[in-house]
Amino acid sequence: MTPRLRWLVPLAALPLLALLAYAFRTDPRAIPSPLVGRPAAAFALTTFDGKPLDLAAFRGQVVVLNFWASWCVPACYDEAPALESTWRASQGRGLVVVGVAIQDAAEASRGFIRRFGLSFPNAPDPRGKVSIDYGVYGVPETFVIDRRGTIRAKHVGAVTADTLRASAEPLLTESP
Amino acid sequence: MTVLGLVRRGRRGVAVGAVVLGLLGCLVGAGRGTAQPAVAGRPVSEDAVTAVASRLRCVVCQNLSVADSPSETARQMRDVIREQLVAGRTPAEVNQYFVERYGEWVLLVPPARGFNLVLWALPFLGLVGGLGAVLVAVRRWSRRSPVRETAHPAPAPADRERIRAELERLRD
Repeated sequence: MTPRLRWLVPLAALPLLALLAYAFRTDPRAIPSPLVGRPAAAFALTTFDGKPLDLAAFRGQVVVLNFWASWCVPACYDEAPALESTWRASQGRGLVVVGVAIQDAAEASRGFIRRFGLSFPNAPDPRGKVSIDYGVYGVPETFVIDRRGTIRAKHVGAVTADTLRASAEPLLTESP
Repeated sequence: MTVLGLVRRGRRGVAVGAVVLGLLGCLVGAGRGTAQPAVAGRPVSEDAVTAVASRLRCVVCQNLSVADSPSETARQMRDVIREQLVAGRTPAEVNQYFVERYGEWVLLVPPARGFNLVLWALPFLGLVGGLGAVLVAVRRWSRRSPVRETAHPAPAPADRERIRAELERLRD
Protein backbone atom coordinates (compact mmCIF):
# COMPACT_ATOMS: atom_id res chain seq x y z
CA MET A 1 0.00 0.00 0.00
CA THR A 2 1.35 3.40 -0.88
CA PRO A 3 1.97 5.77 2.03
CA ARG A 4 -0.53 8.13 0.38
CA LEU A 5 -3.38 5.70 1.16
CA ARG A 6 -2.13 4.56 4.56
CA TRP A 7 -4.43 6.99 6.37
CA LEU A 8 -7.34 4.87 5.10
CA VAL A 9 -6.35 1.89 7.29
CA PRO A 10 -8.05 3.09 10.50
CA LEU A 11 -11.28 3.46 8.48
CA ALA A 12 -11.52 -0.33 8.48
CA ALA A 13 -12.45 -0.12 12.18
CA LEU A 14 -15.45 2.13 11.46
CA PRO A 15 -18.05 -0.58 10.74
CA LEU A 16 -17.10 -2.37 13.96
CA LEU A 17 -17.27 0.88 15.95
CA ALA A 18 -20.67 1.62 14.44
CA LEU A 19 -21.98 -1.82 15.43
CA LEU A 20 -20.63 -1.46 18.99
CA ALA A 21 -22.08 2.05 19.27
CA TYR A 22 -25.47 0.72 18.21
CA ALA A 23 -25.35 -2.25 20.56
CA PHE A 24 -24.11 -0.38 23.63
CA ARG A 25 -26.80 2.25 23.27
CA THR A 26 -29.56 -0.35 23.56
CA ASP A 27 -30.57 -1.27 27.08
CA PRO A 28 -30.37 -5.06 27.53
CA ARG A 29 -33.17 -4.77 30.09
CA ALA A 30 -35.58 -2.80 27.90
CA ILE A 31 -37.88 -5.16 26.06
CA PRO A 32 -40.20 -3.76 23.41
CA SER A 33 -43.65 -5.25 23.88
CA PRO A 34 -45.19 -6.82 20.78
CA LEU A 35 -48.55 -6.72 22.57
CA VAL A 36 -49.43 -3.06 21.95
CA GLY A 37 -52.17 -3.03 19.33
CA ARG A 38 -53.12 -6.64 20.08
CA PRO A 39 -56.23 -7.90 21.92
CA ALA A 40 -55.77 -8.11 25.68
CA ALA A 41 -55.62 -11.72 26.84
CA ALA A 42 -58.69 -12.83 28.78
CA PHE A 43 -58.24 -13.81 32.40
CA ALA A 44 -60.42 -14.67 35.37
CA LEU A 45 -58.92 -14.42 38.84
CA THR A 46 -60.25 -14.16 42.36
CA THR A 47 -59.60 -10.92 44.25
CA PHE A 48 -58.06 -10.79 47.71
CA ASP A 49 -61.63 -10.14 48.93
CA GLY A 50 -62.75 -13.43 47.36
CA LYS A 51 -64.71 -11.82 44.53
CA PRO A 52 -64.41 -12.92 40.89
CA LEU A 53 -62.26 -10.66 38.70
CA ASP A 54 -62.93 -11.27 35.01
CA LEU A 55 -61.43 -8.91 32.43
CA ALA A 56 -64.37 -9.62 30.12
CA ALA A 57 -66.67 -7.94 32.67
CA PHE A 58 -64.98 -4.59 31.87
CA ARG A 59 -65.49 -4.76 28.12
CA GLY A 60 -66.70 -1.37 26.92
CA GLN A 61 -64.61 0.43 29.54
CA VAL A 62 -61.01 1.60 29.51
CA VAL A 63 -58.94 -0.66 31.76
CA VAL A 64 -55.68 0.26 33.45
CA LEU A 65 -54.16 -3.12 34.25
CA ASN A 66 -51.31 -2.91 36.75
CA PHE A 67 -48.93 -5.74 37.67
CA TRP A 68 -47.29 -5.25 41.05
CA ALA A 69 -45.74 -7.00 44.04
CA SER A 70 -45.29 -6.02 47.69
CA TRP A 71 -41.55 -6.73 47.39
CA CYS A 72 -41.22 -4.31 44.48
CA VAL A 73 -39.43 -1.46 46.24
CA PRO A 74 -39.60 1.41 45.58
CA ALA A 75 -41.37 1.57 42.18
CA CYS A 76 -44.62 -0.16 43.21
CA TYR A 77 -44.76 1.94 46.40
CA ASP A 78 -44.17 5.10 44.37
CA GLU A 79 -47.01 4.45 41.94
CA ALA A 80 -49.67 2.97 44.26
CA PRO A 81 -51.09 6.38 45.31
CA ALA A 82 -51.31 7.46 41.64
CA LEU A 83 -53.24 4.31 40.72
CA GLU A 84 -55.65 4.81 43.65
CA SER A 85 -56.22 8.49 42.84
CA THR A 86 -56.79 7.67 39.15
CA TRP A 87 -59.32 5.01 40.16
CA ARG A 88 -61.16 7.38 42.50
CA ALA A 89 -61.21 10.23 39.97
CA SER A 90 -62.52 8.01 37.21
CA GLN A 91 -65.49 6.45 38.99
CA GLY A 92 -68.46 6.38 36.66
CA ARG A 93 -66.45 7.72 33.70
CA GLY A 94 -65.85 4.38 32.01
CA LEU A 95 -62.36 3.84 33.36
CA VAL A 96 -61.36 1.09 35.77
CA VAL A 97 -58.09 0.25 37.46
CA VAL A 98 -57.28 -3.43 38.03
CA GLY A 99 -54.29 -4.72 39.98
CA VAL A 100 -52.64 -8.13 39.68
CA ALA A 101 -50.08 -9.11 42.31
CA ILE A 102 -47.43 -11.45 40.94
CA GLN A 103 -45.01 -13.75 42.73
CA ASP A 104 -46.14 -12.44 46.06
CA ALA A 105 -47.20 -13.95 49.37
CA ALA A 106 -50.93 -13.31 49.85
CA GLU A 107 -50.43 -11.83 53.34
CA ALA A 108 -47.75 -9.42 52.09
CA SER A 109 -50.01 -8.37 49.21
CA ARG A 110 -52.87 -7.68 51.64
CA GLY A 111 -50.52 -5.58 53.76
CA PHE A 112 -49.61 -3.54 50.66
CA ILE A 113 -53.30 -3.00 49.82
CA ARG A 114 -54.05 -1.89 53.40
CA ARG A 115 -51.01 0.38 53.53
CA PHE A 116 -52.15 2.40 50.51
CA GLY A 117 -55.89 1.94 51.11
CA LEU A 118 -56.31 0.53 47.59
CA SER A 119 -60.02 0.30 46.75
CA PHE A 120 -59.78 -0.94 43.15
CA PRO A 121 -60.00 -4.69 42.48
CA ASN A 122 -56.75 -6.52 43.17
CA ALA A 123 -56.11 -10.23 42.66
CA PRO A 124 -53.15 -12.56 43.07
CA ASP A 125 -51.77 -14.43 40.05
CA PRO A 126 -50.71 -17.54 41.98
CA ARG A 127 -49.19 -19.47 39.09
CA GLY A 128 -47.98 -16.53 37.06
CA LYS A 129 -50.08 -17.46 34.06
CA VAL A 130 -51.67 -14.05 33.62
CA SER A 131 -48.34 -12.23 33.88
CA ILE A 132 -46.73 -14.56 31.32
CA ASP A 133 -49.77 -14.13 29.06
CA TYR A 134 -49.08 -10.37 29.19
CA GLY A 135 -45.37 -10.77 28.58
CA VAL A 136 -44.55 -9.27 31.97
CA TYR A 137 -40.87 -9.45 32.82
CA GLY A 138 -40.77 -7.27 35.90
CA VAL A 139 -42.87 -5.19 38.25
CA PRO A 140 -44.39 -2.75 37.98
CA GLU A 141 -45.80 -2.92 34.49
CA THR A 142 -49.01 -1.20 33.47
CA PHE A 143 -51.17 -1.88 30.41
CA VAL A 144 -53.83 0.47 29.12
CA ILE A 145 -56.66 -1.39 27.38
CA ASP A 146 -59.25 0.46 25.29
CA ARG A 147 -63.03 -0.01 25.25
CA ARG A 148 -62.76 -2.64 22.52
CA GLY A 149 -60.32 -4.73 24.55
CA THR A 150 -57.17 -3.81 22.61
CA ILE A 151 -53.91 -3.08 24.43
CA ARG A 152 -53.05 0.49 23.53
CA ALA A 153 -50.07 1.26 25.76
CA LYS A 154 -47.59 -0.40 28.07
CA HIS A 155 -45.65 1.37 30.79
CA VAL A 156 -42.63 -0.19 32.45
CA GLY A 157 -41.70 1.14 35.86
CA ALA A 158 -43.63 3.40 38.21
CA VAL A 159 -46.46 5.32 36.56
CA THR A 160 -47.56 8.78 37.65
CA ALA A 161 -51.10 10.16 37.66
CA ASP A 162 -50.08 12.36 34.72
CA THR A 163 -48.80 9.40 32.67
CA LEU A 164 -52.00 7.49 33.33
CA ARG A 165 -54.18 10.47 32.43
CA ALA A 166 -52.21 11.10 29.21
CA SER A 167 -52.56 7.51 27.98
CA ALA A 168 -56.06 6.68 29.28
CA GLU A 169 -58.05 9.92 28.87
CA PRO A 170 -57.99 10.00 25.03
CA LEU A 171 -59.38 6.46 25.00
CA LEU A 172 -62.44 7.52 26.99
CA THR A 173 -63.70 9.60 24.04
CA GLU A 174 -63.57 6.61 21.69
CA SER A 175 -66.75 4.67 21.03
CA PRO A 176 -66.84 1.14 22.38
CA MET B 1 -39.46 -28.84 11.16
CA THR B 2 -37.71 -26.05 9.29
CA VAL B 3 -33.98 -25.49 9.14
CA LEU B 4 -34.53 -22.34 11.19
CA GLY B 5 -36.28 -24.41 13.81
CA LEU B 6 -33.32 -26.75 13.92
CA VAL B 7 -30.87 -23.86 14.16
CA ARG B 8 -32.89 -22.56 17.11
CA ARG B 9 -32.43 -25.91 18.83
CA GLY B 10 -28.74 -25.09 19.26
CA ARG B 11 -27.43 -23.48 22.40
CA ARG B 12 -26.45 -19.83 22.57
CA GLY B 13 -23.02 -18.67 21.57
CA VAL B 14 -22.74 -21.06 18.67
CA ALA B 15 -21.08 -19.08 15.93
CA VAL B 16 -18.31 -21.17 14.42
CA GLY B 17 -19.35 -23.03 11.30
CA ALA B 18 -17.95 -26.39 12.33
CA VAL B 19 -19.75 -26.29 15.66
CA VAL B 20 -23.01 -25.26 14.00
CA LEU B 21 -22.73 -28.10 11.49
CA GLY B 22 -21.84 -30.59 14.21
CA LEU B 23 -24.81 -29.50 16.31
CA LEU B 24 -27.11 -29.59 13.31
CA GLY B 25 -26.03 -33.14 12.70
CA CYS B 26 -26.90 -34.17 16.27
CA LEU B 27 -30.09 -32.14 16.36
CA VAL B 28 -31.54 -33.51 13.17
CA GLY B 29 -31.63 -36.81 15.00
CA ALA B 30 -33.06 -35.22 18.16
CA GLY B 31 -35.65 -33.38 16.10
CA ARG B 32 -36.89 -36.59 14.54
CA GLY B 33 -37.32 -38.08 18.00
CA THR B 34 -39.62 -35.33 19.26
CA ALA B 35 -41.56 -34.72 16.04
CA GLN B 36 -44.28 -37.22 16.88
CA PRO B 37 -47.87 -36.36 16.06
CA ALA B 38 -49.27 -34.29 18.92
CA VAL B 39 -51.87 -36.03 21.01
CA ALA B 40 -53.71 -33.92 23.57
CA GLY B 41 -53.11 -35.03 27.13
CA ARG B 42 -50.18 -37.28 26.30
CA PRO B 43 -47.48 -37.53 28.95
CA VAL B 44 -44.66 -35.06 28.37
CA SER B 45 -41.14 -35.86 29.55
CA GLU B 46 -39.09 -33.35 31.51
CA ASP B 47 -36.52 -33.57 28.69
CA ALA B 48 -39.09 -32.25 26.24
CA VAL B 49 -39.87 -29.32 28.57
CA THR B 50 -36.15 -28.63 29.06
CA ALA B 51 -35.56 -28.74 25.30
CA VAL B 52 -38.04 -25.90 24.80
CA ALA B 53 -36.97 -24.03 27.95
CA SER B 54 -33.28 -24.08 27.00
CA ARG B 55 -34.06 -22.11 23.86
CA LEU B 56 -35.95 -19.38 25.72
CA ARG B 57 -34.39 -16.51 27.61
CA CYS B 58 -35.28 -16.20 31.28
CA VAL B 59 -36.92 -12.77 31.21
CA VAL B 60 -35.78 -11.68 34.66
CA CYS B 61 -32.17 -12.83 34.25
CA GLN B 62 -29.19 -11.74 32.23
CA ASN B 63 -28.10 -14.37 29.71
CA LEU B 64 -29.72 -17.37 31.37
CA SER B 65 -32.15 -19.75 29.74
CA VAL B 66 -35.52 -20.65 31.22
CA ALA B 67 -34.11 -24.15 31.71
CA ASP B 68 -31.06 -22.95 33.66
CA SER B 69 -32.57 -20.23 35.83
CA PRO B 70 -33.70 -21.08 39.37
CA SER B 71 -35.95 -17.99 39.47
CA GLU B 72 -39.66 -18.12 40.24
CA THR B 73 -40.47 -16.57 36.86
CA ALA B 74 -38.50 -19.25 35.01
CA ARG B 75 -40.24 -21.96 37.06
CA GLN B 76 -43.63 -20.52 36.09
CA MET B 77 -42.55 -20.33 32.45
CA ARG B 78 -41.52 -24.01 32.57
CA ASP B 79 -44.98 -24.81 33.97
CA VAL B 80 -46.57 -22.98 31.05
CA ILE B 81 -44.33 -24.86 28.58
CA ARG B 82 -45.26 -28.19 30.17
CA GLU B 83 -48.98 -27.40 30.14
CA GLN B 84 -48.90 -26.38 26.48
CA LEU B 85 -46.94 -29.49 25.47
CA VAL B 86 -49.41 -31.66 27.39
CA ALA B 87 -52.24 -29.85 25.61
CA GLY B 88 -50.71 -31.07 22.36
CA ARG B 89 -48.88 -27.98 21.15
CA THR B 90 -45.64 -28.55 19.25
CA PRO B 91 -42.35 -27.07 20.57
CA ALA B 92 -42.44 -24.59 17.65
CA GLU B 93 -45.91 -23.45 18.69
CA VAL B 94 -44.81 -23.01 22.30
CA ASN B 95 -41.84 -20.96 21.05
CA GLN B 96 -44.25 -18.83 19.03
CA TYR B 97 -46.45 -18.28 22.11
CA PHE B 98 -43.53 -16.70 23.96
CA VAL B 99 -42.32 -14.73 20.92
CA GLU B 100 -45.81 -13.20 20.54
CA ARG B 101 -45.68 -11.96 24.14
CA TYR B 102 -42.03 -11.12 24.74
CA GLY B 103 -40.83 -10.52 21.18
CA GLU B 104 -37.99 -12.23 19.36
CA TRP B 105 -35.81 -11.07 22.24
CA VAL B 106 -36.97 -14.12 24.20
CA LEU B 107 -35.20 -16.51 21.81
CA LEU B 108 -31.64 -17.32 22.91
CA VAL B 109 -30.67 -18.22 19.35
CA PRO B 110 -32.17 -15.51 17.17
CA PRO B 111 -33.47 -16.64 13.78
CA ALA B 112 -31.14 -15.82 10.88
CA ARG B 113 -33.10 -13.10 9.09
CA GLY B 114 -33.22 -9.32 8.89
CA PHE B 115 -30.75 -7.43 11.06
CA ASN B 116 -29.93 -10.71 12.88
CA LEU B 117 -28.05 -11.81 9.76
CA VAL B 118 -25.24 -9.47 10.84
CA LEU B 119 -24.81 -11.63 13.94
CA TRP B 120 -24.63 -14.82 11.89
CA ALA B 121 -22.51 -13.46 9.05
CA LEU B 122 -19.95 -11.44 11.01
CA PRO B 123 -17.79 -14.36 12.28
CA PHE B 124 -17.52 -15.78 8.77
CA LEU B 125 -16.83 -12.36 7.23
CA GLY B 126 -14.16 -11.86 9.90
CA LEU B 127 -12.60 -15.23 9.05
CA VAL B 128 -12.54 -14.49 5.31
CA GLY B 129 -11.26 -10.96 5.92
CA GLY B 130 -8.54 -12.23 8.26
CA LEU B 131 -7.37 -14.87 5.79
CA GLY B 132 -7.30 -12.22 3.07
CA ALA B 133 -5.23 -9.91 5.26
CA VAL B 134 -2.77 -12.74 6.03
CA LEU B 135 -2.44 -13.54 2.31
CA VAL B 136 -1.75 -9.91 1.41
CA ALA B 137 0.76 -9.55 4.26
CA VAL B 138 2.63 -12.74 3.36
CA ARG B 139 2.87 -11.67 -0.27
CA ARG B 140 4.21 -8.28 0.72
CA TRP B 141 6.82 -9.78 3.06
CA SER B 142 8.04 -12.26 0.47
CA ARG B 143 8.30 -9.48 -2.11
CA ARG B 144 10.23 -7.21 0.23
CA SER B 145 12.97 -9.64 1.34
CA PRO B 146 15.16 -9.52 -1.88
CA VAL B 147 14.91 -5.72 -1.78
CA ARG B 148 16.34 -5.72 1.73
CA GLU B 149 19.36 -7.85 0.70
CA THR B 150 20.40 -5.51 -2.09
CA ALA B 151 19.79 -2.54 0.15
CA HIS B 152 22.96 -3.36 2.13
CA PRO B 153 25.99 -1.98 0.28
CA ALA B 154 28.90 -4.35 -0.11
CA PRO B 155 31.67 -3.72 2.49
CA ALA B 156 34.51 -1.51 1.40
CA PRO B 157 37.80 -3.30 0.58
CA ALA B 158 39.36 -2.04 3.84
CA ASP B 159 36.45 -3.39 5.92
CA ARG B 160 36.54 -6.66 4.05
CA GLU B 161 40.23 -7.00 4.93
CA ARG B 162 39.49 -6.24 8.60
CA ILE B 163 36.67 -8.82 8.77
CA ARG B 164 38.96 -11.42 7.28
CA ALA B 165 41.69 -10.58 9.85
CA GLU B 166 39.25 -10.71 12.79
CA LEU B 167 37.85 -14.07 11.70
CA GLU B 168 41.37 -15.36 11.35
CA ARG B 169 42.18 -14.31 14.90
CA LEU B 170 39.01 -15.96 16.26
CA ARG B 171 39.91 -19.20 14.57
CA ASP B 172 43.35 -19.26 16.21
